[in-house]
Amino acid sequence: MALAKRFSAVETFRAVEMAGYRLLPLRFTALDQERYVISNMVGEYLVVKRDQLNDLIHHRVPQGSDLYDEFKSRHFIRDADSDVALDLLALKYRTKLARVSQFTSLHMFVVTLRCDYTCAYCQVSRQTEDRSAYDMSDDTAAAAVEMTFRSPAPAIKIEFQGGEPLLAFDRIKSVVEMAEARNVQEKRNLQFVIASNLSLISDEILDYCDRHGIYLSTSLDGPSSLHDRNRPKPGKNGYELTIRGIKRIQDRLGRDRVSALMTTTERSLPYVKEIIDEYVRLGFRSIFLRPLSPYGFAVTTGQVDKYDAERWLSFYREGLSYILELNKHGYSIRETYAAIILRKMLTPQNPGYVDLQSPTGLGISAIVYNYDGAVYASDESRMLAEMGDQSFRLGRLGVNSYEEMMLSTTLLDALEAGVAEGAPLCSECAFVPYCGADPVYHHATQRDMMGNKALSGYCARNMAIFRHLIALMEDSLADKAILLRWAFDC
Amino acid sequence: MLTLSAKQNIPLGLMRPERVRSFRVTTDAELPAVLRENAALLLPVDWASIPKGFGVVLVRPDSPFASDHQCGALLIDPSLLYLGDGDVIRLTPDLHIRVVYRRNASTNSLLVTERCNSLCLMCSQPPRDVDDSHLVDELLDAIPLFDPGTREVGITGGEPTLLGARLFDLVRSLKSNLPHTGVHILSNGRNFKQLSLAQALAALHHPDLMIGIPLYSDIASLHDYVVQADGAFDETVRGILNLKRCGVRVEVRVVVHAATYARLPALARFIARNLQFVDQVALMGLEMTGFTKANLSELWIDPVDYQAELADAVHTLHAARVKALIYNHQLCLLDPEIRRFAVRSISDWKNEYMPECDGCDLRQECGGFFSSAKLKYSAHIKPQRRRDDALAGGLASIESFT
Ligand code: SF4
Ligand code: SF4
Repeated sequence: MALAKRFSAVETFRAVEMAGYRLLPLRFTALDQERYVISNMVGEYLVVKRDQLNDLIHHRVPQGSDLYDEFKSRHFIRDADSDVALDLLALKYRTKLARVSQFTSLHMFVVTLRCDYTCAYCQVSRQTEDRSAYDMSDDTAAAAVEMTFRSPAPAIKIEFQGGEPLLAFDRIKSVVEMAEARNVQEKRNLQFVIASNLSLISDEILDYCDRHGIYLSTSLDGPSSLHDRNRPKPGKNGYELTIRGIKRIQDRLGRDRVSALMTTTERSLPYVKEIIDEYVRLGFRSIFLRPLSPYGFAVTTGQVDKYDAERWLSFYREGLSYILELNKHGYSIRETYAAIILRKMLTPQNPGYVDLQSPTGLGISAIVYNYDGAVYASDESRMLAEMGDQSFRLGRLGVNSYEEMMLSTTLLDALEAGVAEGAPLCSECAFVPYCGADPVYHHATQRDMMGNKALSGYCARNMAIFRHLIALMEDSLADKAILLRWAFDC
Repeated sequence: MLTLSAKQNIPLGLMRPERVRSFRVTTDAELPAVLRENAALLLPVDWASIPKGFGVVLVRPDSPFASDHQCGALLIDPSLLYLGDGDVIRLTPDLHIRVVYRRNASTNSLLVTERCNSLCLMCSQPPRDVDDSHLVDELLDAIPLFDPGTREVGITGGEPTLLGARLFDLVRSLKSNLPHTGVHILSNGRNFKQLSLAQALAALHHPDLMIGIPLYSDIASLHDYVVQADGAFDETVRGILNLKRCGVRVEVRVVVHAATYARLPALARFIARNLQFVDQVALMGLEMTGFTKANLSELWIDPVDYQAELADAVHTLHAARVKALIYNHQLCLLDPEIRRFAVRSISDWKNEYMPECDGCDLRQECGGFFSSAKLKYSAHIKPQRRRDDALAGGLASIESFT
């Protein structure tokens, strides 16, 4: 075994590595009793044993060993042999943060507060016929469209919310048409979504959505027993109406044009399989097992909130394992929260999901224009306001200018508290590239926008999910193959 | 296998050309006079005279003129009998003929220089440090003679970027003469570490150009070992980044052999994570030519023995939406899971089958072998049979005979 004379052996090229290596920025956190997760600044990770971690940090990893190459390949270390790692890290870091430079892309229009449902957990809707008091006015709508286009974002999504936005369908139409007219010049990638309970869907509305490429998103909390108890509707046929609405949209506009979101309540916790089955029956290819909303029952005490995190986590784990099982039996369906995190873990991209962003997406990724002209930094900020806490109210359309709102101390303080990399505990957490900051949640639960992460339900829940996903991928090749697909699919 | 270059051409009272000339081959002895100057007439056997005005008249050994030493034609080497209409040849003053272009070939590769700044362990075209700048001049003569319907032209070396601006002259000529022809440049990418070179290539705005660049490992020192050049990995990666920054399409090429197969999954992960924006990744089998023969003991691994790594790499790339292509692999050796990524790529003049292939249903789809593979090939070649029910279902499911 030998190379021909003119060639040099591999050792010649590896010799330069003997001079030792330098650590690139990295963080580590225990995965379980024996293993640690090491991650670099762009979220590439490796699971190692404790002594391997020790070797890494004390510069004792034998040059040329498989482990050495793994560390080098994932940009945890560099040596005199190559410095292109720095270029690549810079590029990857820029890619991960590209979203920030694009600024606000999701613009939520609360076109009315009126609703035909009486959901227990909803703090915002009103049962009323009084249009003038709870619908968005012409002037407010025009000012909101104007502000939407002040954002430099190349892709703009306008989401109509309520109440039940279809009660103010004329308002939706006028916003759509104003935005489209404006976009002839602006040339943004403009998208519309209506978040509705679908009870009012009609041929006229479907035709309109078809013509204007509007997407619909609805709430589906599970089987009728659960859905109707969560979302009581006078007449008691909310579930029926939602299902019928989903099917109508699927048939008329196509499967991709309607999606469903579930709200998890106390009552949902024992029924994760039944909830998932409901989504499978409707042919959905994704389900978002959302956390319990803290706005409402658990807002006041941080401790209750942590206890809730534990109970929700067993709901989530059970659901995820059932979803993986469905995939193994040939039905592709993904869990959206996991998919978002996996995308951060396994790909160079960074999905713009507001709850898991650092810097936080408040105002600079998503923004809410309320029916009454108030502008909020997020949907949760608006709910908080409905409960009497105006901490994340940026100003009022027609009164405050764009600059006043985007440069308000309210927003700047929130943004400053919303950089996880700089928060106590988070700054040393190996999961920080996957995590976010969520100043609204921490303000609501701890009266502190940065929050003490040791007491935070947000931290407890997310850290458990990060560990769970990584452990699944370490321990099962079959799960890993499915999760890898989700990472790139979402 | 076709011979592309022949020296045994015998002048039959022919004036030797003063310089290298390129001609388009024709069998049309009645070609209008105005078209004859750059044409090489391959004299039809039944033609009774040598027509005037052609750049050169070629006669075959079976022609009545083959023994007429005063007829003014050139008797061609028997290895060139395959020449046909539309092919382009180069004729040197000492009457060597090189076939530059074959109209019916699926791809034509233009060798633009034999010089290189790397020395890959498995180079199929071992570099020579010679002044061969004349090659470009000759190609610039030849390109206008190519058929404008040509699907793709390759540019190979050596390392084409060593030509500097001359490379761009070639690309420009291809663009203006063959605007509908794809151009595939094989480069080690190292010189594109200079952004200006990438910008200059991009500025040509060729409508269908791709540059194929080898990357053999995610570990710098291992890549440098395979290409036998210290620092090559960093230069190549920077080159790829620069080219993509300028919007040039890039194919990453990986030759799978004993020194590269083990980290193939790691390389795929590295590409998916760091270079996801490349246009495609070609995973290629070893060709038994050039330096490979000299280094065979260090390079050979039976492809059946790296199927797990290859499949892992393909799946990683595919999941990451990076287009993965498998080249130069016999279908019967590939893990059935990844056969659909295989591309029939071995250019037709190198393409052969082994006795083991007799009766195989897949000869059409299978690339077969480089003729050089006789030296060494897998011990696991097995004819494949298509299952009727699979066919009926439109599936490419494949089963072994035995
Ligand atoms: S919130 Fe918790 S899991 Fe997230 S980065 Fe901070 S410490 Fe880590
Ligand atoms: S046996 Fe069939 S599949 Fe195998 S190399 Fe020969 S032709 Fe290809």
